[in-house]
Parts: sequence; C-alpha cells; structure tokens
Amino acid sequence: MRPGLNNLVEYTKAARFEKAGDKERLGAQSISEAERVNLAVTIGGIRMANPVTTGSGTFGFGPEYAPYVDLKRLGAITVKGTTLEPRLGNPVPRIVETPAGMLNAIGLQNPGVEAFVQDHLPYLREIGTPVIVNIAGNTVEEYAAVAGRLSEVGGVAGLEVNISCPNVKQGGIQFGTDPVMAAEVIGAVRASTQLPVIAKLSPNVTDIVAMAEGVAQAGADALSLINTLLGMAIDVQTRKPVLANIMGGLSGPAIKPVAVRMVWQVAQAVDLPIIGMGGIATPEDALEFILAGATGVAVGTANFVNPRATVEVIEGITTYCVKNGIKDINHLIGWAWKR
Amino acid sequence: MFSCSALILKQEKLTNDHYLLTYLAPEMSQRARPGQFVHVRCGDTWDPLLRRPLSLHGIDPEAGTLSLLYRVVGRGTERLSRLSEGECLEVMGPLGRGFQLIGREAIVIGGGIGVAPLLPLVQVLIRQGIQVTVLLGARSQEGLLAQEAFQKTEARVEIATDDGTFGVRGTVVDLLQKRLESYSSVNPGEEAKRDICVYACGPVPMLSAIWQICQSGQIPLQLSLEERMGCGVGACLACVCRVKVVSNGENQKKQPAQFGVDAALTSQDWKYARVCVEGPVFWGKEVILDATRPE
Ligand SMILES: Cc1cc2nc3c(=O)[nH]c(=O)nc-3n(C[C@H](O)[C@H](O)[C@H](O)COP(=O)(O)OP(=O)(O)OC[C@H]3O[C@@H](n4cnc5c(N)ncnc54)[C@H](O)[C@@H]3O)c2cc1C
Ligand SMILES: Cc1cc2nc3c(=O)[nH]c(=O)nc-3n(C[C@H](O)[C@H](O)[C@H](O)COP(=O)(O)O)c2cc1C
Ligand code: FES
Repeated sequence: MRPGLNNLVEYTKAARFEKAGDKERLGAQSISEAERVNLAVTIGGIRMANPVTTGSGTFGFGPEYAPYVDLKRLGAITVKGTTLEPRLGNPVPRIVETPAGMLNAIGLQNPGVEAFVQDHLPYLREIGTPVIVNIAGNTVEEYAAVAGRLSEVGGVAGLEVNISCPNVKQGGIQFGTDPVMAAEVIGAVRASTQLPVIAKLSPNVTDIVAMAEGVAQAGADALSLINTLLGMAIDVQTRKPVLANIMGGLSGPAIKPVAVRMVWQVAQAVDLPIIGMGGIATPEDALEFILAGATGVAVGTANFVNPRATVEVIEGITTYCVKNGIKDINHLIGWAWKR
Repeated sequence: MFSCSALILKQEKLTNDHYLLTYLAPEMSQRARPGQFVHVRCGDTWDPLLRRPLSLHGIDPEAGTLSLLYRVVGRGTERLSRLSEGECLEVMGPLGRGFQLIGREAIVIGGGIGVAPLLPLVQVLIRQGIQVTVLLGARSQEGLLAQEAFQKTEARVEIATDDGTFGVRGTVVDLLQKRLESYSSVNPGEEAKRDICVYACGPVPMLSAIWQICQSGQIPLQLSLEERMGCGVGACLACVCRVKVVSNGENQKKQPAQFGVDAALTSQDWKYARVCVEGPVFWGKEVILDATRPE
C-alpha cells in the first residue's frame, strides 16, 4: 500500500464514502434560495414539480431505480412501452455500445397492458409522482385500445404515444415516419382517452416540423422528442451485424446535438409543450434543451451510466437558477430564440 | 444496493491480461453474496459509455473490501486496468441473485475467467460444512487463475488443461464425469442425488456440456450466465436469457421476481428472464442455453 493510503482508508470508513442519501451541494443560505426557485411546469395538463422525467424503456417501471433515487423527487416517471398484448421482445444481443452512445433493439418486450395495470401500476400510484405511460401498437386500433384501457384505471397522468413502431397493416412502415399515419394514430388515441396525449416523435425523418404539425393537428397535447436514431454496428471479427435484430436505435450523449436541433426547430413552429430528450446526462444538457424550447426533459440512457442522473439533473438545474437569479424555470424555456 | 465511489486499495496484474482489483466499500461488502456482481464504470468520460458487469471474486466484510478478478478483453476492461490504488472506482452493487447453498456435497466448476465468482462460493460452502470439490479448467497452464486461492481453502482441487501443461490433460467435463461416478458408487440411489449440487461458471460450450451431464443424471445444477448489460438493475431488458416455463417445478417454487418480467410474457414453453435480476445464477433445470451462439 502506498504511504498515506492507510489514512485514506480510515477517512473513508469514518466518512462513509458510500453516499446513501442525497448530497446537498448548496450552502445553507442557498438552500432557502433554492426553495424559492419555481421548478414546477405543466405539460399538456400534467403538473410536474420539476421538469425532469425518465426516458421510456430506460427506467423500467420505477422500482428498479428506487434503491438509488427517491422516486418522489422526480417531476414524472415515464414507464416502459406498453402494448395491448404481452410481447416477448427480440433475441440477444439486444444492445451494443457505440462511441458515446449505444444501440438497442429490445423489441418492446413488455407484459401487456393488463399485467401493467395489475402488477406495476399499484406501486406507481403509491409514489404519488405523475405517471406517464408510454404506449405502442402494431395497428391504429391497438393504440386506441391500450389508451382506452389506461384511461379507465386511475393513477395514470398522461399517455406518451410511441409512434416509432411498424404499422403491420401498411407493410411495416413506421407510423412515425409518415405524417398521415402518425396523425391517424394520434387522432385515434385522442378519441379514446381524456388523458393528456403526448406524441413521441421519431427523429428518422427529413422534416421533423411537418411531423410535429401533423400530430398537433390530430389533437396531441404535447410532444416528446426525440426517440432513438436508427443505426447499426458490424462486428469485424465475426463480420456480421452485432444486434440480433441487425438494426437498432441509437441513444446517449452521441445524439444530443441532433435532439437539441429538433427541439429548437419544433418549439418555434408548433405551439405545444415539449419534453426534450436525447443524450441528457448532466444539468447543463437538460438546460440546453430547455433553452431550445423544451418545457420538460427526460433522462434516458444516462440512468445506466449514473443511476442518480435524474436527481442530479434536478439539483443542478436548481443550482443554476439560484446562481443566475432565475426565479422560475419557465422563464428559461426557449430563451435561446425568444430573447 | 449501493452506488458509490469506492477507494481502490490494490490493482494487481496477475498475468498478461488478468487483474485483481480490490476496493473499499464496507456496506457493499456486508451485503454481498457469492455469485452476485457489481456494475462498474471504466472511466469518467462518455466513451466508453456503459458500465461493465463483473463478478465479486473476493468478499471480506470484516475488512470492508471487495475484489474483482477480470480479464482484459476490450476497451472497458483495458481502461479499468489502468486505474491504480488511491483512485476511485464508480461501482454499483451488489447486484443480481447469487448461488443458493444446498446439499451436503458440492462440485464447483470454473473454466477460464469463469472462476471469478466461485472463490467466495467455495469459502461459504465450506463454512456451512458442505464438502467441496473444485474442478478448474483452462486451455493451458497460463490460463489457470486463482488456483492457489482455491487450494488455500479446505476444498479438494482438481485441475484439467486442454494441452496437459498442468493437471490432467482434458477438460473439467471429464473431471466432472469421474467425480459423479465416484459419488454415486459411494452414495447409490436416487435419493443421494438431492444431497449434491454442481455449480458452474465459464464459457457457454463448457456450461452446455455440464448441463447435459447434470440433466441426464438428474443432478441439481446452478449456472452463472453472462449477457450484455445496460442498466444492471432490471430496467432496460437488454440482458435476457431464456428460461423454461414449468407449471410446478423449481422456478415456480423460487421466490417470484420482485418486479418486471411477468409470467404473462411467455412463448409456449419459455420466457425471457433478466440475467441482472433473475440471474446471473440460474438453475440448470430452468435455463435454456443457446449453445449455437458464438461467444
Ligand atoms: C454477471 C456477469 C459477471 C461477469 N463477471 C466477470 C468477471 O468476474 N471477470 C471478467 O473478466 N469478466 C466478467 N464478465 C464479463 C465482462 O463483463 C466483460 O468481459 C466486459 O464487459 C468486457 O468489456 P470490454 O469493454 O473490455 O470489452 P468489449 O468487448 O469492448 O465490450 C463491448 C461491450 O460488450 C459488453 N461485453 C463484452 N463481453 C461481454 C461478456 N462476456 N459479458 C457481458 N457483456 C460483455 C461490454 O460490457 C460492453 O458493453 C461478467 C459478465 C457478466 C454479465
Ligand atoms: C434500452 C432502451 C429502451 C427504450 N425503450 C423505449 C420504449 O419502449 N418506448 C419509447 O418510446 N422509447 C424507448 N426508448 C427511447 C428513449 O425513451 C429515448 O427516447 C431515447 O433513448 C433518447 O434519449 P436518451 O439518449 O437519453 O436515452 C428506449 C431507449 C433505450 C436505450
Ligand atoms: S441490464 Fe438492464 S435489464 Fe439487465
């Protein structure tokens, strides 16, 4: 052992190096200032105590991360994509790491809406944090059926509609890459629920604004962007694609600039609140999205890297507001182009 | 389960590409059970991005330390090997479901780096008064790991190398067959099979061969599996393997998963289970090994 290391060992034992609870980074005076910053936002009727939610599919159904974060502190919890029937998902490998990101092809493995309502929703209701359920389907009718079922059970604050799914009736073209089909899905969901409807847009399009306008007209209350970018990776040793599904969705810090750009464009063109996501790992990343025009932000892949990323983003946004004399987070929304 | 910055106490280079890293994490070491793993960051930048799952090789709750035995195979483990004592290791754990201790006799089989989770298992089995035989295998002598550490325990240790450079020439599968033969000659009858358990970790072809022997001999078997991981906590569904769906058998009696993959999620006779939560240790009876997949 190096000289001095012994002292460090003792220090560590005494100071309980392992942080079990939350560490307040602000000094005593700033804590009261922090309490005076308004972080609350409203997204399509969903009232959130702060702008931070979770990226669907990266946070399970919530309890998985309960040992690491106090779920009550999140602005909302967005859970894994839910379909009408259970789905097995794809064979492995389902993920592959790429530069500053990863590809996934999970294949929407989920227990189906009934099992979600029976087995997972009760836990989520107890927490008290608004629950946003991400929904998916193979047909317009499936989307509508899931939406209808989730509207009658109570405890769901809103629906996030994942339109990056193949439409089996239209030869497997993604709903989310065709403005007409996207509008059809959102319209059908809109007609079958009173809950706020958030359309989650796919970035795999040439004109994101046209997609946003289409779903806005179809009755969406808010927008989530972005979903993953379609990509693939080949193993040079086996000379074959790495993912069993061949292609997968790219996420993580690598996609952040694309996502910020899309939020920037859509926020200026469409008058709907936006939940921005794509590579958010730090408070600064989240602030970038807010300044580009997002009202809320979702932390996705970063949870895998840092299980406390969500709360650290909330704390960091608070610190930023205190330091910069911002009394209300809503003032920062779209600042980059509004002022 | 904790997520912390742990102080690295030691980083030993064992062979050209094997390292033993010891870190201080008192609470984690008290919770840890043999067969569990930790999810570690291999740097503090976004590239490489994901954590790497590594088994707990040393569990010392008195000293408050844990150690990892790992092989450098790619960018992540290479970065990890560059960390040195006095630096911090970002680590989450202990994660997953470890080995269950059953029976009066145990055969513990490790192939290559697969020995990593087995040392604490052997130590605990012996503490429980279970008689342990350890079978270690590698391609050649250089690939044998932690051999002395196993020999220091009260377990009987047998070694096989493919090229015969150490121990007997052959594989651990040959050693297992012999061991089981002598067991059943001393303990005849079906009943006796409930008093023994085989524990194995290593390359998939080795696990498949062991699985076949145990399956046909109806010997209880526990396997530690590997799969690519995202979250390590059951949230992303990246790390799945296939398990059998049986109406009244071992995996029904086992504690139901705390959350997540449901019984509804079945094809006709199998379903996906998460290696990071329902595993990494599975009963041989329940798991479906995909031997056709390249390592
Ligand atoms: C539960 C569990 C316990 C493990 N215990 C040990 C251990 O004690 N000692 C040890 O040396 N290795 C262990 N492994 C394997 C270890 O995780 C991989 O060798 C390591 O992730 C490789 O990372 P890399 O960046 O060096 O390699 P790369 O090949 O560059 O990694 C690329 C990506 O593939 C993943 N990956 C590559 N190989 C594996 C693998 N075999 N299993 C899972 N993911 C993989 C990596 O995590 C990374 O995301 C364990 C794996 C699991 C799932
Ligand atoms: C493993 C994984 C699973 C995902 N599952 C879903 C899903 O079921 N539904 C959905 O709309 N988006 C899903 N996503 C997309 C994320 O919610 C998010 O839009 C995307 O990953 C970009 O954010 P990030 O870079 O912060 O992860 C998934 C992403 C990952 C990495
Ligand atoms: S690694 Fe995410 S579910 Fe196992």
